[in-house]
Parts: sequence; C-alpha cells; structure tokens
Amino acid sequence: MKIAVLSGKGGTGKTTVSTNLAYMMNFNYVDLDVEEPNGHIFLNPDISETQEVFIPTPVINAEKCTLCGVCANTCQFNALINTGKKILVFEDLCHGCGACSLACPEDAITEYNRKIGDITIGTFAKGKFYSGKMLLQEPMAGPIISDIKKILPVDEDSIIDCSPGTSCNVVKAIDESNYAIMVTEPSKFGLHDLKLAIELVREMKMPLGIIINRSNEYDHLIEDYAASENIPVIGKIPFSKEAAKMYSIGKLLIENEEIKNIFEAIKLSVLKAVKEENHAISHS
Amino acid sequence: MQLVILSGKGGTGKTTIVSSFAYLADQSTIKVDCDVDASNLHLMFNGKDISSSQFSGSKKAIIDSDKCIGCGLCEKACRFDAIIPKDGYYEVMEHRCEGCNACRVVCPADAITLEEEDSGKKIMTVLEDESYLSRASLYPGADGSGKLVSEIRKASLELNKGKNNLIIIDGSPGVGCSVMASITGVEFGLLVTEPTQSGFEDFVRAYELAKHFRIKSYVAINKYDLNEEMADTIERYCDDNGIKVIGRIPYDVVVNKSNFESKPLVMYNDSIAGNEIKNMWNIIKNEMEV
Repeated sequence: MKIAVLSGKGGTGKTTVSTNLAYMMNFNYVDLDVEEPNGHIFLNPDISETQEVFIPTPVINAEKCTLCGVCANTCQFNALINTGKKILVFEDLCHGCGACSLACPEDAITEYNRKIGDITIGTFAKGKFYSGKMLLQEPMAGPIISDIKKILPVDEDSIIDCSPGTSCNVVKAIDESNYAIMVTEPSKFGLHDLKLAIELVREMKMPLGIIINRSNEYDHLIEDYAASENIPVIGKIPFSKEAAKMYSIGKLLIENEEIKNIFEAIKLSVLKAVKEENHAISHS
Repeated sequence: MQLVILSGKGGTGKTTIVSSFAYLADQSTIKVDCDVDASNLHLMFNGKDISSSQFSGSKKAIIDSDKCIGCGLCEKACRFDAIIPKDGYYEVMEHRCEGCNACRVVCPADAITLEEEDSGKKIMTVLEDESYLSRASLYPGADGSGKLVSEIRKASLELNKGKNNLIIIDGSPGVGCSVMASITGVEFGLLVTEPTQSGFEDFVRAYELAKHFRIKSYVAINKYDLNEEMADTIERYCDDNGIKVIGRIPYDVVVNKSNFESKPLVMYNDSIAGNEIKNMWNIIKNEMEV
C-alpha cells in the first residue's frame, strides 16, 4: 500500500503528518520533496547507502556532426541550439529524453551521465527510509522522484511525502498511490490551494481524506467545503505552542499522548478507506 | 528595481509579508505572484482581471490508433514510461508524457503527433489602488511552471519599460525550476524563515541559491518566539555569512484573522507581527534606496 501526503499550499504540515504516521503505522517513509527534504530531521534514520541520480545528457561528436540541425529542431526544451558553427548544449534545460540522439542522422550524439541529485536509503525505528535531494542550481526534480519510486519495495507499505504545489512533480510523486491524504490549514490560502490539490487527486482517481493541521476557530472554512464535496475530514491536529516547539526541534508529535491518539484515529480512518476502496474495486 | 521574497520551506509567511509590503508600497509598485501552482496573493486584494491569456507549458504525444502498426518502438524509446501497449496498439499516459518527441522520432508509421497542452493562464490584475499584479494559474498537474514564471515576470517588466518602479515578487517554495525563474536577474531578496530545524535547513539552501544568482539577501525570522534558541542559531548563521536580519516577527494570532478577513496584516493596528513588518518595510526601502 502506498499513501501519498500532499497539500497544495506549502508549510501546512505534510512532513509532520508523513513522519508521525509512518511511525504509527510501521510504514516505510519516502521523502519526495526533493527540493527541500526534511523527513530525516524527525525520523533520525541510520543511512546505509547513498545513490547518485544522473540524467543522460547529449555530447556532440564534432567530427561526425554536419550541423544539419535536426537535433536542435527535435529538442522540445531548447537544450540544443545550432549556431551554424557548432551545436551548443544547454545542459540544465535537458530532460534526458534521448530524442536528439535518436533523431541524429549522422550518429553524432552520445550521452554522458550528469549528476543532478542523491538518494539516501536507510532505516528508522519503524521501517525503511528513502529520501531524495536535488543538487542546488539544478532545475529538475522529476528524474530523482522517478528513480526513488523505482527502488521502492513493491510489496511493502510506504508513506510518500510530496512537495508543495500541484505541479508535474507532485503528479510523479503520487502516481500509483492507493490513498491520498490532503494536509491543509484553516485559512483561505489553505482552502484555495487544497481545492487545486483535490482537483489533481481526483483526476488521478484516488480515494482521499483531509487533515486539518493547526486546527482553530476557522476550521469551518475547510469543513464546509469538505462536506459539500463529500470528502471526509480524517483528523484535526490542534495548534499548540508545545507542538510547535516539538516540531521546531525535530521531535515527533506523537510523543505527546493527546496527539498520539489523534494519529491513532487517522491511521484507522486511512486503513478503513483503503479497505473499502479495495473492496469496491474487487466487486466492480 | 526588483525585490523577491523567498523562503525555501513553504508556509513560512511569504505571502503575509508580500501582501503587507504591497499595501504599504506606493501605487506605482508592480507585484508579481510567482507561486504559479498555488497562487494566493490576489486573495488579499480586491482586483479586476484586465487580461488573461492561455499558456502552454509543454506538448503531449498523441498516437493515431488508425496509423499505429503496434511495433512498440515508441514504448522502447520513451524514458518516462509514458507509453503502454493496449489491444495490440500503443497509447500515451498523458500525465507521464513530457512531450519530448522521442516517440515521434522513432515511429516508422508516422502515427504520432505532438500537441500543445493547455497548461494554464497568465493573468494581469489591477488592484483597488490601481497598481498591477501579474499572476498566473497553472492547471493542476500541468508542466512548465518555470516557463510560466518567466512569462509573468516578462509582463511585469514590460509594464515597467522606460520607468524605474519597484517590482515586488512573491516567490514559490523550494529551490527548483520555478524558484530559479523567479530570481533570475533580481537585485534584492528577502528570505523568510522560521525558527525550526526544517526552516533553517531549507533557508540555507534557498540562501545558497540566491547567492549564486548574485542577489543581495536579507532575512526575516517569522514566529521567532516559538523557539528563541533556534532563532538565535539562525541569526548567528546570518552574522557569520554577513546577511542582515531585518525582522524578528513575533507569533501573533491576528495573522489568522487577517487571513480570514482577506486583509493585509499591516492594516491591523493591534497586530504585533504587523508592526514588525512595517519596520521591515522601512528598513528594506532604505536598503534599496527607493
């Protein structure tokens, strides 16, 4: 089972929910917020292995190249430019798709592996730990996300901690998950971005539930919307200065008995929803 | 002159600060909301959209099933696992397709075309004080956020052609393509962080990126009193790196109210956080000499 945790808006508590829930459920934890991964702070994993992530990037063999420009015309990302004297490669625009080398009529393009990030693999108290980290000044998170997903053990349960937003990287991260947890906060910004994230999850036909983090007197903003869309609110984590302090020093919130009970209830809601979904699929 | 508000970590208070700066700034100041997949700045102001245009951030491959001969070369060429066999032919899983063209190049039956994806909208909004807000809405799951950011920034620079008005840019979280597009060519940056281990780590990455882009950076520590020890650690880091800390914003429940009522925080005279943001605005204005 894979449970994706996403939010639309940044800073609503994705990592808080992901790490605490992974711990509670004895699931693997997978950090796919590769621009700013933070899960390690809360789970203190023992890292056993680091894998580098590369993307294949074109190299033009000047001796074979006839400057026909087919490669530059084929590339959809403006990563190759034909100056008339030379084919210039703009490496940071390259998606590593290989279209240029397939298109080259002179067989003048080879590829080299360009490093764009790292994957760390290890274990924490309750399961396996995976985390991707993009090198600074690299624009592309996608290949790191895809590479981590390829090495996840298929028959084990995982919590997937996504990046904020609703971009293509979030799609890559949540693809093939069984359930989506939307973490939001009771604010108009939270609601606005939650709606976008829900639109995305619905397009991918995934069952979902909402967690209201830093719950306060404005919860009705989210609850009214959730009710009108028939989406369950599976948990509310109240704001407290104590919880904020625990978060700030990298402690799991479930060390607090009250919050642990909330996560216990969230865990049951998620398991029930996934079970019902599987039941519905097997009967359809 | 351009000022970008960044954070690395999401939810540290970028938009709270930008909306307050936008309120305090004079009417000639142009605003740009570069958080294109979750834009929020317009929610804080009454405004009228004066133009809206379609944006395409990528293409998608389409396989003509009448022409497809089922050879499978496209599936082998695709590095994004976006092509799958179906009933003896092949089809494209749209959400995985990057529109890269590799499949079309190898198709011997000329069965594949690339079509522009409708990825979102570029919008120009005029706010109540008759200032401009250049913003966008990227459709959920669409590609091309970096390109979209570049386009709405271009629109703001066109408005500023021949003038020397201030442009305030609300950045997006992270350090990836849309952040890089948000900060290219910008002179000043305000990095908003919070006194948490995550906030600190993410801030350092965002700062390193801003430094590489030769941006003069300033720092604000939001909700500093939730962990003063950590706030001091961040401040020491800033001292060691010669970065000026221009604000220590206290935790303030009025922030929730301001958000609920969709009014910039500095409009609330009883807001202790709002008052600190007013101070910050005066400091940064001096620093930028505007």
